[in-house]
Amino acid sequence: MSFIFKSAAEMSAALSSKEVSAVDLAQQHFDRIEKVDGDVHAFLHLDKEGALAQAKTIDAKRAAGEKLSPLAGVPLALKDVMAQRGIPTTCGSKMLENWRPPYDSTVVTRLKDAGIVILGKTNMDEFAMGSSTENSAYGPTHNPWDLSRIPGGSGGGSSAALAAFEAPLAIGTDTGGSIRQPAAVTGTVGVKPTYGAVSRYGLVAFSSSLDQAGPCARTVLDTALLHEVIAGHDAKDSSSINAPAPAVVAAAKKLDVKGMKIGVIKELGGDGFQKGVSERFNEALDELVKAGAEIVEVSCPNFEYALAAYYLIAPSEASSNLARFDSMRYGLRVGDDGTHGAEEVMSLTRQAGFGKEVKRRIILGTYALSSGYYEAYYGSAQKVRTLIMRDYEAAFAKADVLVSPTAPTTAFKIGEKADDPVAMYLNDIATIPVNMAGIGGMSLPCGLASEDNLPVGFQIMTPAMKDDLMYQVGGTLEAALNSKWGSSLMSQAPALGAK
Amino acid sequence: MALKYDDVVEKYEPTLGLEVHVELNTNTKMFCGCSTEFGAEPNTQTCPVCLGLPGSLPVVNEVAIESAIKIGLALNCSIAPFSRFARKNYFYPDMPKDYQISQYDEPICVNGFLDVEIDTDEGVKTFRVEIERVHMEEDTGKSLHVGGATGRIHGAEYSLLDYNRAGIPLMEIVTKMVPGTGKYAPQVARAYVTELRDILRSLGVSDVKMEQGSLRCDANVSLSPMGSGILGTRSETKNVNSLRSVERAIHGEMIRQANLLQNGERIIQETRHFLEESGETRPGRSKETAEDYRYFQEPDLVPVAPDASWIEEIRSTLPERPSVRRKRLQAEWAVPDKEMTAMINAELLDTVEATVKLGADPTKARTWWLGEISRVANEKEVEATSLMNPDQVAEIILLVASGELTDKLARQVVEGVINGEGTPREVIEKRGLKVVSDDSALMAAIEGAIASQPETADRVRGGNIPAAGALIGAVMKATGGQADAARVRELLLKHLGQE
Repeated sequence: MSFIFKSAAEMSAALSSKEVSAVDLAQQHFDRIEKVDGDVHAFLHLDKEGALAQAKTIDAKRAAGEKLSPLAGVPLALKDVMAQRGIPTTCGSKMLENWRPPYDSTVVTRLKDAGIVILGKTNMDEFAMGSSTENSAYGPTHNPWDLSRIPGGSGGGSSAALAAFEAPLAIGTDTGGSIRQPAAVTGTVGVKPTYGAVSRYGLVAFSSSLDQAGPCARTVLDTALLHEVIAGHDAKDSSSINAPAPAVVAAAKKLDVKGMKIGVIKELGGDGFQKGVSERFNEALDELVKAGAEIVEVSCPNFEYALAAYYLIAPSEASSNLARFDSMRYGLRVGDDGTHGAEEVMSLTRQAGFGKEVKRRIILGTYALSSGYYEAYYGSAQKVRTLIMRDYEAAFAKADVLVSPTAPTTAFKIGEKADDPVAMYLNDIATIPVNMAGIGGMSLPCGLASEDNLPVGFQIMTPAMKDDLMYQVGGTLEAALNSKWGSSLMSQAPALGAK
Repeated sequence: MALKYDDVVEKYEPTLGLEVHVELNTNTKMFCGCSTEFGAEPNTQTCPVCLGLPGSLPVVNEVAIESAIKIGLALNCSIAPFSRFARKNYFYPDMPKDYQISQYDEPICVNGFLDVEIDTDEGVKTFRVEIERVHMEEDTGKSLHVGGATGRIHGAEYSLLDYNRAGIPLMEIVTKMVPGTGKYAPQVARAYVTELRDILRSLGVSDVKMEQGSLRCDANVSLSPMGSGILGTRSETKNVNSLRSVERAIHGEMIRQANLLQNGERIIQETRHFLEESGETRPGRSKETAEDYRYFQEPDLVPVAPDASWIEEIRSTLPERPSVRRKRLQAEWAVPDKEMTAMINAELLDTVEATVKLGADPTKARTWWLGEISRVANEKEVEATSLMNPDQVAEIILLVASGELTDKLARQVVEGVINGEGTPREVIEKRGLKVVSDDSALMAAIEGAIASQPETADRVRGGNIPAAGALIGAVMKATGGQADAARVRELLLKHLGQE
């Protein structure tokens, strides 16, 4: 019997009752990948050997009656930005084509400890810079809902893997929307936890003050189950929150929003948002009202500057974070033929190893941090960041959670915005403020846009360290919508690999 | 005619600036758990963090923070209630991340001072050296450039990199500009570094070994025409690896700069390399075009905010200032200046103090350690403290004081202890070194001496007291040196009717 279309929670139950073995479940997913990934290209690397060995271990432990964690034996797709010992970790870049980390990221350690079976590494925009996965040095990923369209980015590989039923769980990272926007355009669920909730140790840094790893799945509960595995304090990450993680699984099961105040952010809607996106978003609000929530409108006037400030802070930090790719110790090395000095080799390597968007951001960030420009650019951007935090504070004084469409449009065509970086950047207009403020955000599907029949994402934002609230609201909304539709949105996803 | 030093200081007024880098002696590195031990095989004390591998993150070593606070307090600085780390961005093959984690505009300690005393023509004079800041940073790796004439990277055939040193905690102690030292500038510079070294050693925060590089000094000096008040361009001399070199480097630079100015040339702002053999400097990197390090807050580390009560706790445990302690001990022990200097230069002050604390007479303690024990140590080319310990020396001194040993016997005991014959008591036993205190045995020897030198005895009888020396000598010889010479003299004179 095939389990690939089940949720992770259902797979977990089937594993517990020994309806299926972890090895069998992993093999079913590898078969599915074999069948569809030629079209989707969600994966950059498969670790069949490691995955099946882990699955075998879990099966043996289960047979021996050992107590296992809930997701033990459930497969997962890992974004290629997470270091995994001995497994290629390219970050979608030529620069790291042959790099195999000698260590596990904390997230990977926790996944392994929980008995989760890591199938392989997923495609992404190079060094997580992009909103379409087109910036991968290894070719784009295709949206399972329409293979001619982008799956979002930077974590398009992880979300596409979920939407193509190649894995029930995935890990993403979100610097300006790289978990939530791909979730939105693929009809899946993605969570950017509060900054510091999940360890960044082993996450190859793009913008350290904004990067946050998070769980991705096809249901709110599955996302919560994965969230509880990866969240929690880590002494290896100074920015890790040293407090108990909120009980998100219990929150996802609550299915109750009675009396909750839900704030709609005025500035994240209307002009610039696709009509079908706004329609589905408003219908979702109606469902929440029916479930007993109260809708209030809030204003965040400084969000206007969020995108501009983001494109100073993120590239500035990136210009420093990516400096280490200098060919001296690991990764690509070009020009080491005895005719070039060390500096020339560094230069030639970076020229050949980095893609266009990465170079654009390194140059932008280097400029913004330069003496004489620092105050005007980086300094001002930091001030905007503070203003955005204040906007959120004021808004959270009026509402328990805030909501908006996750992305202004549904998935666009591959190549459509490739030559217009600003148009591409605008896709993250609703997700970026969350990273700037360090708070939590979730995207879950709220239907298909009428004009193109493509998934629309509904974003829920919660105050820092109150990630449980988005699971509570998200779980309730998901249940209401599923009951309205008579099935989950994902059950309407096109079948793949028919040929 | 080239200017000599005496001419230089008549025409020009020097301004000093000193930057001292101190490697802390913490067991582990600044931002990871790797060992800091000196002299290990290359690249054996590294991990993903100090190698700057993608995804790794720094975590601050608490002991290093405590050491920084100790240093700040000992240098009369204010300790910042809130300080931050910053990234200093530049490329070099031995820089694992191509940025150095340092502190920039928010260092941990600011505004201190250190008073140093100099012997001047007008007697001992105190110069106050004001401290601008003390900040924390990580050391880089070490490069060894092989082939090529200069030993520098340019022209080298290949370079070897050792990252054991990468990430070792460094403190940078920076003075403000030090004006008004005149012709004593070289001595002030040396006295400052010496005093600083002694303070750091007394705090126990560093090995302060200049020859191993755990204390490094950059000596800056500029000249302004006497009375002009115009600050000249400074040069920064590196590779100053001993206290003597500090003095020589400043001396040499003053002469070099004055001669350039005299010839109407200008001083180039640059780093210069001190040449140990000639005492001169050769040009290094030009700083004419200021390097832009693009400093910005280190997003991977939270600010350092030491508790006020912790700072006070540290303050209460600070040891006595070395210069204060030296003065106190010199007064307490009534030691002449020259002897005091000898003791300090021999690095035996602590040892002598420990010996005195065990009840030994200060003069005796000093004489033993600097005399006989140091002499043997020099012969054997070992440290005096490796031959004997304060307990043994104090014991011997006390035995002499109580009359159980004579000075001559004590010398034999010292020899025995150094030869590994056991404790002083054991050596006394084994060698039978007891003082002959039996008067009848002494009288027999005295009578023997008189019998063999009747004429000498007559002269003594006749009032020629100094002549008794020969008889006493004979008695001492007869008793194998084990007699108390004073007692022999007393008995002899009485016997010959000369009381």
